[in-house]
This record gives sequence, structure tokens and C-alpha cells, in this order.
Amino acid sequence: MSNPVIFKRLRGQSIVILLALVILVFSLLSPGYFTTQNFLNILLQASGLTIVATGMTFVLLTAGIDLSVGSIMFVAGVISGKLVVGGLSVWLAVPVTLVLGIILGLMNGWFVVRFKIVPFIVTLATFFAGRGLGLLISETRAVNLPDEFLQIGSARILGIPLPVIIMIMVVAVAQLVLDRTVFGRQVYAVGNSQERSVKAGINLNRVLLRVYIICGCCAALGGLVAIAQLGAVSPTFGFQSEFMAIAAAVLGGTSLFGGKGRVFPGTLVGALLIQSIQSGLVIVNADPYLYPLITGTIIFLIVLVDSQRHYRRKQMKGIST
Amino acid sequence: MAVNGGQVLALVGENGAGKSTLMNVLGGIHQPSSGEMHLNNEPYAPQNAEDAYNSGVAFIHQELNLFPNLSISENLFINSFPTTKRAGLTLIDRSSTNQKARELLTRVDLKVAPDTRVEDLSTAQQQLVEIAKAMAGKPRIIIFDEPTTALSRHESQALFQLIGDLRSQGIAMIYISHNLGDIMQLADNIAVLRDGTLVSAGPKDQYSMNRLIRDMVGRDLDSYFPARSKKASDQAVWEVRKLKSDRVTNISFKVNECEILGFYGLVGAGRSEMVRAILGLDPVLSGTVRWKDSTYHKFSPAQWIKNGVVYLAEDRREEGLLTGKSIQKNIQLASFPRYLNPLKLVKYAPLDQESKVYADITKINYQNLNRQQVQTLSGGNQQKVVLSRLLMTHPGMLILDEPTKGIDIGARQEIYGLINKLVDQGASAIIISSEIEELLGMCDRIIVMGQGQIYREFSKQEFDKNTILEAALGSGISNMDRGD
Repeated sequence: MSNPVIFKRLRGQSIVILLALVILVFSLLSPGYFTTQNFLNILLQASGLTIVATGMTFVLLTAGIDLSVGSIMFVAGVISGKLVVGGLSVWLAVPVTLVLGIILGLMNGWFVVRFKIVPFIVTLATFFAGRGLGLLISETRAVNLPDEFLQIGSARILGIPLPVIIMIMVVAVAQLVLDRTVFGRQVYAVGNSQERSVKAGINLNRVLLRVYIICGCCAALGGLVAIAQLGAVSPTFGFQSEFMAIAAAVLGGTSLFGGKGRVFPGTLVGALLIQSIQSGLVIVNADPYLYPLITGTIIFLIVLVDSQRHYRRKQMKGIST
Repeated sequence: MAVNGGQVLALVGENGAGKSTLMNVLGGIHQPSSGEMHLNNEPYAPQNAEDAYNSGVAFIHQELNLFPNLSISENLFINSFPTTKRAGLTLIDRSSTNQKARELLTRVDLKVAPDTRVEDLSTAQQQLVEIAKAMAGKPRIIIFDEPTTALSRHESQALFQLIGDLRSQGIAMIYISHNLGDIMQLADNIAVLRDGTLVSAGPKDQYSMNRLIRDMVGRDLDSYFPARSKKASDQAVWEVRKLKSDRVTNISFKVNECEILGFYGLVGAGRSEMVRAILGLDPVLSGTVRWKDSTYHKFSPAQWIKNGVVYLAEDRREEGLLTGKSIQKNIQLASFPRYLNPLKLVKYAPLDQESKVYADITKINYQNLNRQQVQTLSGGNQQKVVLSRLLMTHPGMLILDEPTKGIDIGARQEIYGLINKLVDQGASAIIISSEIEELLGMCDRIIVMGQGQIYREFSKQEFDKNTILEAALGSGISNMDRGD
């Protein structure tokens, strides 16, 4: 048996090594890559994804999955856009949108908890329903946003873009909650074994409900942060974001089997890695058809390592029981 | 039955004697149909596990209820963390959590930092964490269910010392175990259960090892094992050589034609694990199996079925049956390859006929063979469905793991008859059983296993319940040394 501690350490670093490698390669390929401006851009463009992936991490930690986050981003974007276009102040539209995300997350969680339907199926349904709802409201046309939105997206505090600040705050609070609250620790327990959690007296349903609410709310917030940079909500906005969010979390070391993973540095670095690759490909003028191919290959490799590790752990567990 | 503070009551009995049921009643998982319990002279009638916990009844189960991905202190307080308020957020008070955890760990004498992850602990240490968790509830009674099965001898002794400490702290304990050696060492009082009733109870000095064994298994061996017409031949058709897996080591044995070989051992002795390795269900590190004229280095269930070696899993619901499917479907499951037309499509008509023949041979009590779901049958009839499936493949070797588990006497006899009939027809069989009478009645030889190794082999002339039991129990240790 290989030493698990060494393995863990290697793996903890492998993502950072990979990120460094990606930056190195693109810096060599293009002089425009290794600049403060570009790194700031990467942070800015990764902010929406990071926030969505943070919520996703909570769900994955309980061994669940939420496929509906892309659709929630879309609905959130469309509705807040419509509200602002209709005359509502941005400062009211934002909380309304977040509440909407909470409600959608609550719905996911409620079906999972109340009817014991597997999360994959529940959120697959809300994935389609959410997209459909957004298209219905937007009449399948792009919703152009007023300038106030773009001003938020381009606002800076001490030279740091507001979306990046929001992202850092979300990541910090999420990690604090996971590390230092009773709920946070129970999320890890639930992810390890739902049956044992119930036996240990944990209110399983409450924990599950909360992670889906958090995920829904993060999806709405991530959607807002993203559209504040785009200035418009196209009918394909948020499309495939759920997979990007899952990929970011898993790249960052969160296990799809639950109970293992962190938002910081894990998910954050995962999201930054994805964004660094995409920005790099743009800068070196790569064929756009290559983007998904390269991103896909990297995600596959990391997930492969994860599942191999899980398999080995399961075997070792078999020995000790 | 009574247990006093500061005393250890040992509860012994064979598998199925009713120990677990009794403990489930104590723990509030099942309700008694009659009778009453008292705790500290007050009536005690727990409705669920929480009631029991709140009344101060704590369980240490054989299977630990820990979260390996969390730290010791998190496991101890997962539902009762000490918290502080900071900036409006209710946060876990790390230092006081660790402080409290340290106090509990001192009481169970576990010298490990409380923020160590449970997965980094040994099984024995994990068990101590479980006991510490029980201590957190300020229990008046702690019930240990087979706590030493996963422990080494040395670790067991450490656990006994701890139990001694707890005794001096005035805590009452009920200790369930198969290991009579441990019982004699630990107990103040002993209660023996058999077939769901209390056979005898009293202070330890009234019991000798022999009396314990007699009380445990002392039922008459009726001749409900049907006779076989053919004697086992001397020709070995099956030979396992130096099999080694993660769970078992140095397993070598032979099975002759027309012979039934029995495997006996305590829970966790490694018998099922050995079979799973042979079948290719668990990875094998080294070793070979010769079956008839071929020697195999790699094993897979498909390969064995093809060569006439069939396996009856211990847990038929988990591994053996599609309970939501019809009886007929279940019987046919392994026989499709023999009923294919030239286009490799299944010929259902003859297959259906054949499955009816086998359902009748095994005397399955069914109403409608192709409609009735297996889950509507009783345990005994479900087992016959699995057997029908195995028989229909015309096996040369039967590997049966607890073939009569949870089956009533009438159905048992029929199953025994079926096995014997097959063996008379030239097949061989391996039976794993935790019921010693079953092995004594059915087998030509018995191998006793423990700790993943073969302790000792008994030929038919040497069959003696007490010696075999002793070989499997505490005294097995010395045999193991000899065996090396």
C-alpha cells in the first residue's frame, strides 16, 4: 500500500503544480499572458464561476449533486434584468434575485429530503424547468441590461474589481462556515455516511436542505456577478455552467463521493485553473474548438485520479472492518 | 436477569440464540411483546434509540459509528459542539471542544491528540473513541456487542483493563461475546441464552468452561440430517494452495469427490472472506486453485460458473436474489448460456419448462412461478429459489455460505437433503456455517478458521462439539502458534 499521507500531500499540490504549469506554458507562448492586467482579468472572469462552484462544493460534500445551477444563474439573470429594465432599483433587484435563488435551492432540497429522490434526478428536472422558465420570461431574446449593472461590474475598491471582492468574501465565509460551525462539520459527517449521521443524532434533513439552499443562493449570486460584467443575458447564459462548477470543485480536491473537500484553497484554485486555461487559449489565439477539448482532458485526468483514490480507500476500509 | 452497578454481566449464546434481539429491546429499537424492564428501580420502556440514550443506556456496537473523515473531537461532539458567538456567527469553540475531548480521552486512556483524524487511528483506538463517545452521555449501563472481534490479543487486553476501570467507576456493563475465554476473564455474572430463552444465569464461579459450552449448545442432535448413500472418494478434485488475500493468509485445503467439507469459526474468522477471494470477488494476492484437471491463478465468478463451480452467498437479499423479479426469472438467471439458439437468442420455452422442474425438485412453495415475486416468499423458500438456480447449472462444486441462515427447521431438512442428493450424484461441496451441529451433521471433514488462517482440521472420527468449539474460541490462539 502506498503511504496515504504522501499521496494526500502530492495530490494537495498537484492542482497548484498544474496551475503553475499552465501559467508557465502560456507565458512562454505569449508575452501578454504574464501581466498584472491579465491576472486581474482571470480573477475577474473567474469570479462568477468561483461563487457558483462554492455553493456546489457544499452539495458535493454531502455526496449530492446540483445540476440546476446553470439554469438558476439564467433565471436569476433574466428576472433581475427584467426587474431593472422595468424600473426597479438595482439595490432592490439584487436581494430579490438572491431570494429567488434561495427558493429554487429550497425546492431542490425539499424534493431530495421529503421524497427521497436522488439529487441527480431532482436537479436534472429543475435544470430543464429552470432553463424553460427563463426562456419563457425572456421570450428567448437577450435581455439587455441598463448601465447601472455594468457600473457594478466594473466598480473598483482600492483598485480591485468589485466582483473579485465579492468572490473573495464568499469563499472566505464559506470556508469559515465549513470549518468552524456545527453545520459545517455536520456537512462532512453527512457526506461520509447518511446512515451514521442519523444514528449520531444529526438532523440529516436540515443539513441537506441547507446545502441546496446555499447552492441555489450562490448560483443566483454568481449569475449576477457574471452578467454585471457581460451587460446582457443571452438565451444561452449559464449553459453548461453546472459542469464547470462541478469541475472546479472536483479539480480543487472535492470528492464526488462526499465528505472530502474544501472551498479554500480547493474550489477557488480549481476555478482559477479553468479560467487560466481559457484565457490562455484566447490569448494565444487557439482554435476555439480546442477549448472544450483541452478543458475536458484536464478534468478527466483529475477525476480519474480522484476515483482511483476512492477505490483504493474503499479497499483499505474493507480490510479494517 | 439483573445487572448491578460496577459489575459486568456476560451474555453468551450461539448465533441466533436471541442476544441481538434482547439488546435491541434494551436499546429501544424493538418493543417487547410482554414483560417489563427496570432501571434504577424505575420502570424502563424505551420507545426508540434516543430514549435509551437519555436514560443512560449506551451501546458499543461491533460496527463502529464513526466518521473517519472527521477528527476525534468532532466525532465526539458532532451533535453537541460547545459554541461561542463571534460577530453574530455561532462558531464552534475549538479550544473548549478539544479540552472536553481530552478529558474524555483520558478516561478511556487514549493518548492521542483530539484533533487527530479518526481514519488515522487503529481499529482499537477507534473503538476507544466510540467508548469515549458513550462516556460523554454519562451512561449508567454500557452494552458491549462483540467488541474484540476486530482487535488483536494485545488490544483486547487493553480494552479489558478499561472495562475494569469503568467497573470501578460504578458503571454497569453487559458484555456480549462468543469468546468464552474473554468471558471467564471479565464477567462477574453470566447469563446463557439459547433459542430465545434464558437457559441459566448466575455468578461466574458457578460456571466452568465446559458448563458454559454445554449450556450454549446443549440441544439434542436429532437425525434431521438425511443420510448419504455414497461415501466420499479419496480423489481430490479441488485443491486450494497457499491462498493469500488482504484478509486471509496461508489457506491450503483439498476437497475430494463426493465430499462435503465444512468451515467453522467465529464471526470475523475470515471464512466468507476466503471464499470471496477464491471466487474472485475480492482481490487475491497469491495462491492457486486446482479444479479437476485445470489449475487457476486468476479467479472470476463467471469463469467458475462456466466450469461448474457455484456459490451461494451468505446474504441472499444482497448478493443472491432479484427480489422484485419473478421466481422463474431468478431460477433461470445463471442458465441462459445453455439455452441459446443459433442466433444467440434465448430459447425461453425449454428454459421455462426446466425451471419448473427445478422449482419442484427443491419444493418451492409457490402460487405462480412466472408472476410471483421472490420477495413474497418466506426466507426458506427464497433460499430454495437460489438453490434451484444453482442446481439448474448442474454444478460439480457447491460453495455454500451459511446455507440455512434464518431458515426454519422443516425447510432446513429439505435443503440438507438437496445438498446430499447432489453430492451423491458426484458433486462436492464446501459449507460455511456458524452452527456447529449443522457442520457435524453434514460434513465429512471440518476446518476451523480464525483470524484469517486455518487453525485446525478435524476428520469425521475426531468430530466433537466441545473440541471444535474450543479450537475456534480463545484456546485457538495456541493452535494458531502451532499452525505456524
